[in-house]
Amino acid sequence: MGDVKSIPSPAISADERSHEVDHPSSQVAHFGAEQPLRLDCGVDLTPFQIAYQTYGELNADRSNAVLICHALTGDQHVANVHPVTGKPGWWETLVGPGRPIDPKHYFIICSNVIGGCMGSTGPASINPATGKVWGLAFPVITIPDMVRAQAMLIDRLGIDTLFAVVGGSMGGMQVLQWTAAYPARVFSALAIACATRHSAQNIAFHELGRQAVMADPDWHGGGYADQGIHPHRGLAVARMAAHITYLSDAALHRKFGRRMQDRELPTFSFDADFQVESYLRYQGSSFVERFDANSYLYLTRAMDYFDIAADHGGVLAKAFADIKTRFCVVSFTSDWLFPTSESRALVHALNASSARVSFAEIETDRGHDAFLLDVPEFLDISRAFLQSAGKARGLKDG
Amino acid sequence: MSVQEVLPLGGVAPGRSGEFRADHRLVAEMVKPGSKVLDVGCGEGDLLQLLETRGVDGRGIELSREGVNRCVAKGLAVVQGDADTDLVNYPDDAFDYVILSQTLQATRQPRVVLENLLRIGRRAIVSFPNFGFWKMRLQLLIGGHMPRTENLPATWYDTANIHFCTIKDFVELCDEINVKMERSVALDLYGRPVPLNLPWWVWNMFGEQGVFLLSRGGGK
Repeated sequence: MGDVKSIPSPAISADERSHEVDHPSSQVAHFGAEQPLRLDCGVDLTPFQIAYQTYGELNADRSNAVLICHALTGDQHVANVHPVTGKPGWWETLVGPGRPIDPKHYFIICSNVIGGCMGSTGPASINPATGKVWGLAFPVITIPDMVRAQAMLIDRLGIDTLFAVVGGSMGGMQVLQWTAAYPARVFSALAIACATRHSAQNIAFHELGRQAVMADPDWHGGGYADQGIHPHRGLAVARMAAHITYLSDAALHRKFGRRMQDRELPTFSFDADFQVESYLRYQGSSFVERFDANSYLYLTRAMDYFDIAADHGGVLAKAFADIKTRFCVVSFTSDWLFPTSESRALVHALNASSARVSFAEIETDRGHDAFLLDVPEFLDISRAFLQSAGKARGLKDG
Repeated sequence: MSVQEVLPLGGVAPGRSGEFRADHRLVAEMVKPGSKVLDVGCGEGDLLQLLETRGVDGRGIELSREGVNRCVAKGLAVVQGDADTDLVNYPDDAFDYVILSQTLQATRQPRVVLENLLRIGRRAIVSFPNFGFWKMRLQLLIGGHMPRTENLPATWYDTANIHFCTIKDFVELCDEINVKMERSVALDLYGRPVPLNLPWWVWNMFGEQGVFLLSRGGGK
């Protein structure tokens, strides 16, 4: 049992993965020198590109556009087979034919965030100034930067007001940033399992993940692309640690308990004796097939920096003053990464702004990941919220 | 504070006269169409749905998670919250009306709640079961135990209703905190208004519940 065996090497080569970085299997919007992306760190990013998917048709009034914001390790392939992994879209419980967000009724847009690695400009992209991969020379980005880039994409698509902006976790942070930065452009907002700021505990977990990446000798100070390698072991460990935070004690116990993996007795070694170990190793190794290590550093950093109240003089309610957007906030009882208390703080701020808000806490033992899973009560609430907003918006169906 | 504990009330059972409860219809009549309303303790959102048919911009607070989730699943703007602790988060004059339907008796601090209603709403509509109702009195007087009715079936040790009052008590509280009663209606066992021309003690005796439209008093 060597250390290479402990976390399997990825089945997909670094080349296959990195092809998507600059040549995504989706639509791409290019923004040239005349349209730089002004970043919070003070840098103008130019040129840059945004990879995105759309589903359904924009109606004549241009009033049925729904923007889906993806979470930390998501991408634009929300409701189609993933071009790298071959797996179904990451949010097919919510988005797709017959689902609450149905392309029959809505024009659905999902874009890869700036800093991502599935076709939007990020640290894995080629820096046109040097002809080499950006690596750590890429400027640090924030959640507001991601949203600014999305707004430029929405402009490019000729849409003034989005019918809904929807997202969970880091996607939920983008939803809130959308409403704070462009309240008049968001008719309704569905913010799931998220918070208005990243907690100290969450920053701590992210730091653990980043240190795991940086401790991998293959990381090469972020310059691994020039060496033609990828710090897959460090990134896999980061993913394993993060994955635990997406579940719950009860869910892990229900799923795995102390059951052994393909054996009846312990091997008295550090092999994956327990099913839960085997599961985590699989999660780690399959993740590195589709994700860039530096991109992971940048996106976790963006979440760490997120604090809407801090951008509004420390008073959260000021971020939403006089907002007309209809909000629906959803949390899950067993989510300890973005606990209900965070959603409640958001709801109190929205109440203080007299915003129209619905807030539901869903009982489940499935942890933070519940928002991606088939949780009927959550899906029913999402559907009803959007239908009610659609009625107010004058949409025919939905 | 759980509305399930106190419902259904006599005269407010659904289906007796149309699809909406008598006290809800009475409350809805007191609300000017097109206004902005907060329903505190909104249960499963029946009153909010009735108000929506009158073009009202309605919001709700409900303590029980099941109630909230059913409301949200009906497309209503309802949040999970507690009248005793969460009303402070709302700014002054945020609503035209704040409604407290069959919930006052289940709050820990009815007086503070009432003051908050009239801070965040220009008007408040409050309804509650009247403990001065003759059947209640009879149970205490003859039976010698805390009153229980088919509408208030919980025993004294497991009821959520910790602050029962009579119509007379409520009128005195309003007086004390300088609240003006714009309209007062007592509903009898069958959900019918007790005739207006009868004196207060009759209301207090024969009203099974009281419904009051309140506004801020102009100083004593």
